[in-house]
Amino acid sequence: MKAKGLKLLFWASGVVLFLVGIAGWYDRLAYGHVNANYGSVVTWGLWVAAYIYFIGLSAGSFLISSLVYVFNVKRFERIGRLAVFTAVVTLFLALLSIWADLGHMTRAWHVLAYANFKSPMAWMIWLYSAYFVLLVVELWFLLRRDLVAGAATPGVKGAVYRVLALGSREASSSSASRDRRVVRVLATIGVPVAIMFHGGVGALFGVVAARPHWHSGMFPILFLLSALVSGGALLTVVTAIFQDGWRRNRDTVLALGQMVLGLLLLDVLFQASELLVAFYGGIPGHLEGLKLTMGGPFWWVFWGWQLLLGTLVPVLLLALPTRRDPRWVSAAGLLIAAGFLGVRLNIVVPGLAAEEIRGLSTAFASARMTTHYVPSASEWLLTFGVVGLGLLLFGLGEWLMPKETEMGTAGGDGDLGAFRGLESKEVDHVRA
Amino acid sequence: MAVDAESVSPPLTRRDLVQRLFGVGAGALATALAAGGSVSSLVTAPPARAATPPGALPLKRKFRYGMVIDTRRCVGCRACVVACKAENKTPPGVSYTVVVEEAVANRFDDKPIFMTKPCFHCENPPCVDVCPVSATFKRERDGLVVIDYDRCIGCRYCITGCPYGARSFDFGENYAAVAGATAYAAVPSPEYGQFRARSEGSPVGNVRKCTFCLHLQDAEGRYDKAAGRWPACAKTCTGHAIFFGDFNDPESEVSKLVRERQPVRLKEELGTEPNVHYLL
Repeated sequence: MKAKGLKLLFWASGVVLFLVGIAGWYDRLAYGHVNANYGSVVTWGLWVAAYIYFIGLSAGSFLISSLVYVFNVKRFERIGRLAVFTAVVTLFLALLSIWADLGHMTRAWHVLAYANFKSPMAWMIWLYSAYFVLLVVELWFLLRRDLVAGAATPGVKGAVYRVLALGSREASSSSASRDRRVVRVLATIGVPVAIMFHGGVGALFGVVAARPHWHSGMFPILFLLSALVSGGALLTVVTAIFQDGWRRNRDTVLALGQMVLGLLLLDVLFQASELLVAFYGGIPGHLEGLKLTMGGPFWWVFWGWQLLLGTLVPVLLLALPTRRDPRWVSAAGLLIAAGFLGVRLNIVVPGLAAEEIRGLSTAFASARMTTHYVPSASEWLLTFGVVGLGLLLFGLGEWLMPKETEMGTAGGDGDLGAFRGLESKEVDHVRA
Repeated sequence: MAVDAESVSPPLTRRDLVQRLFGVGAGALATALAAGGSVSSLVTAPPARAATPPGALPLKRKFRYGMVIDTRRCVGCRACVVACKAENKTPPGVSYTVVVEEAVANRFDDKPIFMTKPCFHCENPPCVDVCPVSATFKRERDGLVVIDYDRCIGCRYCITGCPYGARSFDFGENYAAVAGATAYAAVPSPEYGQFRARSEGSPVGNVRKCTFCLHLQDAEGRYDKAAGRWPACAKTCTGHAIFFGDFNDPESEVSKLVRERQPVRLKEELGTEPNVHYLL
């Protein structure tokens, strides 16, 4: 009953956020950027922060899936497909967010047609387009056999499976091993692509010499690291709630928790290094953004959201005996994943809110020429809508994706024998 | 990719492009990159790019327009800001030039330092490098940094890339007082000689910037002060603080000022080499 209630809550919040988002999208499409609060000083806002947040989640969960499909880490085998699915969904959300941010949404294709490869942004877009295609193909090959098997079931689900199978009927074990080979190749190509494009997102900020807050060789590395932390944290949550996972995937959730803890501490080390070097150097331009982050009008985003809720509490949850309870571990994952939105906002906004020329924002009176930025209602609504769509897509995936144990058996591989033993009831059903 | 690049540079056939891409080895490409050279010129080669890195071939440029601004002559009247608005008909929130002021401690009068700040049309414009679609570029003929409104996607990366705050985004707002049925509102901006109506998309949703009023150039790219074809801010400056001219002409007013006085440029440490100099 309780699980059913939670599920209902999940769907309800997805639907509500999605519907609320329609207002934001309507405003964006009908009135352009008039009702957005960013300007020509703080020229990137919530949508860009949401973009780098989601794209980090995507790169992170994909890299974790590569542990399974490239590096053969058995421990995470059960969540490999879930990780790729998460990467697809979050990448889609990222692209929606950044699409809305463009001044001319209909010209997004210009980046593919007229790319200037001296711009990190062009590199990033080319790379993530390749990455998107690769992810979708990889996911299809991961699911193909189950789609073929599921196509026989009657009802809506069977029909959806038939469509998604794209006419493939082959269910033999030779086709399964071919699928595995394809996945292995794709995942192997995907690793450097994911590293390049997300490092590229970091470089997009890092190369901007005009913004000392961003201009650091640490940035691409920090982006990769924080992608792994936030992606891993989200996967912990998704693994725990997906298809009743915290009961069935207890060990995987706990193992993910420990990995995320290690990565988070590494991330803290890198961030601390960046801060200490900047503060010791004391160059005013470098410090301005950091001072805004820590003592500006939104100091609480750093101290409360990012540090306390996003770092300190989850570190304790993952280090104390609560680390043995998948529910606490996934709660820690949720806190970390949510905390990283604060990290993203604190990268984008303070980097821009420092005046490039002193007096620029007071030189003439305009809301577009101010260092003060709070996202407007329509910016929030659109972002809520993107999140809501994400929840709906995850819900859809929960309903559609074959259950882990079935997947293992359908794969016909001996690797999952140990897990099968644990879930004998379901396995027997499939084997029969 | 090859196909897409073709559409940008009509003179290149696909084979040429492939040959150019692979004819230069990866090493040469890396060297070009390291030297700050333009990889994009290999790949996309839009005809109007001339952002030559320092130490590279000499500029094949007819003019090198720039300004020398004497802050001691500036009284802070902001006529330049108004003249620019009137000339380019910029909307609210978009101003191609601004006057920033800074109080000076222990000065015998209360006069702060005023600094009028158009786009500096840098020799190495960082905004041009970061544009993902080469919509903003440095013109080969006169070195002016311009924006192709039809190509710009409005990502605003160039705004973050400009160290001088010279770019602003057109949010599509209009001055309430003139947005109605006034005759003024009906006159389109002469920018780039394009006379675009604000109701028809671009430049709404684009990044905009100072063009040194290049729509006032003649067909050869010359300005004429006597005929009034001169950047609006320089033309209107009450204290004659804004000197405009061609740095390629050693006898121009600006060349002489740079030669004979001690001008400074902002944020020299970034290597942007602005074409606007200040006298303090």
